[in-house]
Amino acid sequence: MKGTVLGDAGLHMAARDNVVTAIDDLEAGTKIPRDGETVELAEAVPFGHKIALVAMEPGDAVVKYGETIGEAVEPIAPGEWVHTHNCESRRGRGDRAASDGEVA
Amino acid sequence: MRTFEGYPRDDGPAGVRNYVAVIPTSVTASPVAAEIADRSAETVRATPHQMGTDPPAATRDQIERTLTGVGSNPNVGGTLVVDLGTEAIDADDIADAVAATGRDAETLSIREAGGTAAAVEEGTELARSLREGISGARREERGASELVFAVECGGSDATSGIAANPAVGAACDRLVRDGGTATFSETPEFIGAEHVLAERCADEDVRERLLDRVERRESTAELMGVDLRGAQPSPGNQEGGLTTIEEKSLGAISKGGTTPVQGIVDYAERLPVGGGLVLMDTPGYDIESVVGKVAGGAQVVAFTTGRGSTTGNPLAPVIKVTGNPKTADRLAANVDVDASDVIDGEPIDAVGERIYETLLAVAGGERTAAERRRLEEFAVNELQPNELAELRGDA
Repeated sequence: MKGTVLGDAGLHMAARDNVVTAIDDLEAGTKIPRDGETVELAEAVPFGHKIALVAMEPGDAVVKYGETIGEAVEPIAPGEWVHTHNCESRRGRGDRAASDGEVA
Repeated sequence: MRTFEGYPRDDGPAGVRNYVAVIPTSVTASPVAAEIADRSAETVRATPHQMGTDPPAATRDQIERTLTGVGSNPNVGGTLVVDLGTEAIDADDIADAVAATGRDAETLSIREAGGTAAAVEEGTELARSLREGISGARREERGASELVFAVECGGSDATSGIAANPAVGAACDRLVRDGGTATFSETPEFIGAEHVLAERCADEDVRERLLDRVERRESTAELMGVDLRGAQPSPGNQEGGLTTIEEKSLGAISKGGTTPVQGIVDYAERLPVGGGLVLMDTPGYDIESVVGKVAGGAQVVAFTTGRGSTTGNPLAPVIKVTGNPKTADRLAANVDVDASDVIDGEPIDAVGERIYETLLAVAGGERTAAERRRLEEFAVNELQPNELAELRGDA
């Protein structure tokens, strides 16, 4: 598999990624080791979903596959679930274009 | 060079199946086409679809291109085109274009035959006669370079980008190395990953056309005030762990492998044989997208799915690959390749080799799960109003 499995729990696809993907249904409190430190899950995270490795502020890029996949829209603490409730796309935003009076 | 056992064709690469295609020109003729195929031999397959009898000109062109391409696919030895008789699309035009590829092609008009019952009877005779004409064809050993391998994904989840797509991509790399063609499509799913694809384009011209197509699909959404987040990733994708279109796209493009992008063709446009990795500009709806590539000449399809999809195609075998261990278990009877071992540490390259071997075996006649269950969805992409406006120069 590409990437690195951390603690049999999270898949880290590229070195600069600030999230890992859960490779099992994980319970709150699951520990994910990283660079000698440990990230503890703040909540249960289902298989295939993402977990923050570092603290993020609104506007910060969320990075997976070594690429930006969107931005944080809420403050996110290490060990929190990262999904549509706190991370949004930067692309295909017809809603933003319309509200800004722009049409690309 | 790897090989497969295929049916030689006069006009190009070998077929992996030897079907008679019964192709309706409209939704009206579709039930008659389906009934004819049902009453004929197992190797007679219909392509019923949803398109109307009098579509706008640009839509008509795209339907004609699609139906002609399907009738000329290497897996088809003979074609029967069925119309009601009032369609803007002329069955004779399609039959003539198919016949120009060296295949026997017949037409049937429901009105001229005297109604649906009479048409089914006459059509069944025609289909059986076409079937007899190609029944002497025998498989011969052919080089893998004759294969055009289409890759599609549907029902994606986080395992698609991690396991199934890169594993199928590794199979694409093997086929391209052996001189064949691999193709994937769904332009809306390039959004957010187009910079990665653009870097891999063989030349500046391909790069510009690729970026132009992505821009067009994205600006369409913006012009309509549509937030792509509602549709991409879909609610199902989101449940599977995909958060943004960028994330979905970065996972999706890995299904084409790692070789240079040699070109990008229109929906249902003929794909080159021996062409390396070539993209097709299609919408994201997977059934229409698969049909576009089969119309472009693809003989075999690999379909990756995380959450589970059972779909097939009437004329091209569809190999189902999943990287999700739960889906591999739950839909075991519909899955051909379980790539979920990647999650447990099996190297992607080893799974890629398994998929390539499956591709060659299926090309040689081994039936896929979708074929065994006769799952044969077919739909032609209908141009949307904004696309028609753009083609007229109004946009």
